[in-house]
Amino acid sequence: MAESSIDVLLKGSSGRTTRGLLRIIILLTIAAAAVASRLFSVIRFESIIHEFDPWFNFRATKYLVENGFYSFWDWFDDRTWHPLGRVTGGTLYPGLMVTSGVIYHILRFLTIPVDIRNICVLLAPAFSGLTALAMYLLTCEMSSSPSAGLLAAAFMGITPGYISRSVAGSYDNEAIAIFLLVFTFFLWIKAVKNGSIMWGALTALFYGYMVSAWGGYVFITNLIPLHVFVLICMGRYSTRVYISYTTWYALGTLGSMQIPFVGFLPIRNSDHMSALGVFGLIQLVAFAEFIRGYLPGKQFQKLLTSMVLLVFGLGFGGLVLLSISGVIAPWSGRFYSLWDTGYAKIHIPIIASVSEHQPTAWPAFFFDLNFLIWLFPAGVFICFQKLKDEHVFVIIYAVLSSYFAGVMVRLMLTLTPIVCVAAALALSAILDNFLVLSKPDPEAVAKASAEDSKSFRSSRSPIVGIYSYFSKTVVTCSMSLYLLMFVAHCTWVTSNAYSSPSVVLASKMPDGSQFIIDDYREAYYWLRQNTPDNAKIMSWWDYGYQIGGMADRPTLVDNNTWNNTHIATVGKAMSSREEVSYPILRQHDVDYVLVVFGGLLGYSGDDLNKFLWMVRIAEGIWPDEISERDYFTARGEYRVDEEATPTMKNSLMYKMSYYNYNSLFPAGQAVDRVRGVKLPAESPQLNTLEEAFTSENWIIRIYKVKDLDNLGRDHSNAVAFDKGLKRKRATKKKGPRVLRTE
Amino acid sequence: MPAKRHAASTTSASTASTPATLSSGPATLKTNASAAQIAQHVWQQYLTTTPQRTMLLDAFMAFLVLIGGLQFLYCVLAGNYPFNAFLSGFCAAVGQFVLTASLRMQTSDDSRAVTSKPSSKGKNARFADEDVEEEGPGISHERAFADYIFGSLILHFFCINFIN
Repeated sequence: MAESSIDVLLKGSSGRTTRGLLRIIILLTIAAAAVASRLFSVIRFESIIHEFDPWFNFRATKYLVENGFYSFWDWFDDRTWHPLGRVTGGTLYPGLMVTSGVIYHILRFLTIPVDIRNICVLLAPAFSGLTALAMYLLTCEMSSSPSAGLLAAAFMGITPGYISRSVAGSYDNEAIAIFLLVFTFFLWIKAVKNGSIMWGALTALFYGYMVSAWGGYVFITNLIPLHVFVLICMGRYSTRVYISYTTWYALGTLGSMQIPFVGFLPIRNSDHMSALGVFGLIQLVAFAEFIRGYLPGKQFQKLLTSMVLLVFGLGFGGLVLLSISGVIAPWSGRFYSLWDTGYAKIHIPIIASVSEHQPTAWPAFFFDLNFLIWLFPAGVFICFQKLKDEHVFVIIYAVLSSYFAGVMVRLMLTLTPIVCVAAALALSAILDNFLVLSKPDPEAVAKASAEDSKSFRSSRSPIVGIYSYFSKTVVTCSMSLYLLMFVAHCTWVTSNAYSSPSVVLASKMPDGSQFIIDDYREAYYWLRQNTPDNAKIMSWWDYGYQIGGMADRPTLVDNNTWNNTHIATVGKAMSSREEVSYPILRQHDVDYVLVVFGGLLGYSGDDLNKFLWMVRIAEGIWPDEISERDYFTARGEYRVDEEATPTMKNSLMYKMSYYNYNSLFPAGQAVDRVRGVKLPAESPQLNTLEEAFTSENWIIRIYKVKDLDNLGRDHSNAVAFDKGLKRKRATKKKGPRVLRTE
Repeated sequence: MPAKRHAASTTSASTASTPATLSSGPATLKTNASAAQIAQHVWQQYLTTTPQRTMLLDAFMAFLVLIGGLQFLYCVLAGNYPFNAFLSGFCAAVGQFVLTASLRMQTSDDSRAVTSKPSSKGKNARFADEDVEEEGPGISHERAFADYIFGSLILHFFCINFIN
């Protein structure tokens, strides 16, 4: 009875609706799983914005919600990059902020008052649910198998390569950009298949949204023209391709130019020129096709290719000429570093200093994608077997993004979608072959063999297929096992590696209970409470956004690294002697200097470990004042203990990090736990700065810049004088003003 | 449509050697006169085989090419000072050209198939074979036109927004 009722459900027209319903339920479950697995950080810690860049996005969103869209568009921010300021409205990708602003207002309209912070925290998980759905649509375009789309959606939902950028609280551009990337590609495939203006225009619209959201839109800008170019070279030009590409390009380019930050780049920058070139090419091809309709003859093919070659040569020559004469901006530095991995280290240390711009280590592929990475080539192979227009797209995408992911850790994000598609194609092919294929009818087999016996043995076609239950069971079970292991791996990676807010640190106590280290917020809150509203804080640029967001104080440099010289100035101030640094600090109105020091706790991401980058960036601008070699010992070691070089010991950063640090330890036993070395017995002496605040675990240390001495002495003399006086009268309170009254 | 004709003659002139051999028997290279003849031939064929509705689209496209060319000429000669305005004007011309070309492709594919009876299709004729269209795998004329309107609306919205 049970079987028959299932048969009723699964066969015929009611079966179709049942399957449709099941599919919707499965998709919703996948989306829910995608959202849920990103909530570890909210549950473990709290609803808080993570890391660095999200703090700026959060601050900008708050500004947008408070001041409205137009003042956001014209926002000049005088609280960053002091004294330059930043035309924030014109130099950011507004998509993310506008999206959450719109959501905020819609919820308000529905009388659901949700704090903007919670919207920002939960935006990334919500969009990852949408990404899973978009992935389903994209993969369904690639394969007729019903399981491929669902598998791809499930992979996309939980694969760590994507979760790494979209946990709750990771309020960054990538949070919505990956959804837009996948959805734009889906629309593009749809447009190529149907050849309708509407799909092309929709592609352009979502492309425009993508441009407003993430700088990675250049990937789409180059991938789609490449797809079209390859199709043309394969002789697959059709009106469908013409319609979809030209519609996309004409509308998409205009759309992208609406974003002030992008502006005229699409027609000036070389990164975008391939799209323009293919646009011109496809016009010529279309015109040639048009003429062909009127000119009979097979030699037309020759005419066509010669024309294409001629125009391509002309276009390339013109591009080179324009690039040389400077009409078109040269390739941007980030782009060069994509081709030549050593480029950034030599020419632009600031790009190389960002850890996510480093080349990918190979275990990262397995760590982020698990068993998908070995299904990936199989999926690409399946695409070669079918090789329709959309499969060409998958192949191109796979090749390009594998290369890019190998060059930059960050671009693993663009590789993840295509790996999910290809792996789902491969896996669904395996499952379809091993699950669905039923045993052929024995009579038919007998008849076939009877016919075969008449013909030659070699011309017989044996009935090939996997019919034995044993092999079916083995393969299906092992695949299910891999899938289960994949889920376990994803959950483990998400909970252990990607769910830490990095603003709040967690460690385990000896008894296993969690111990929260909240030094960052402690220090930023101290700044907010104890300093005047416009006190300028100098720190290394990593902490600029956090200071702006949490402490609400003006900063000199921040994570929007648009002005290399200004950053180098800060680097120079940090890496020079006090006598050199103090005038720089005075010139920039610096009131407080903030350093991050992990020596007590063993927190390895501190400023002393980043110090060499400060030196390198400063050296890039002042090569005759700062030299990286001076910070290494004669044997070429980077040391901070007794044997550190004098330049190192006298640098402001070194002094600020270790000032008074030995007072925590018995005499002569001060230990730096990050670098694992014993420190000099005496604390470094600071003349021009005074300690203002040190957080509980010494992670953040804040120093106040002293005012000019009242008697016109320089600071070292003043300090020496105070010390000399203090030695005589131990009962007196310290401080120059007390002395002066006598 | 002067622009179209001009374009046709230039391409055939640049590659005069190949089409000359295939259109008129003799294998020897022809002079410019023959290239003009070919252009003439193409032009005549175009006039006879194209339905009037498509020719209307072609006229519009030629007009757009003219507009775009004029703007580009102005930009080259008189400088590109209001660059936003130039760009949006030029992009509007190019975009509209491209959209119209797409519309033309979508609507004239089947008319090319029925070129055996090249009677000019009027509006009534279009309504007559609309049912036939919808059965086929392609896109119906109405759908194509609606798409065209949709694309044009977006295009002009962007242009007006960009013009400053």
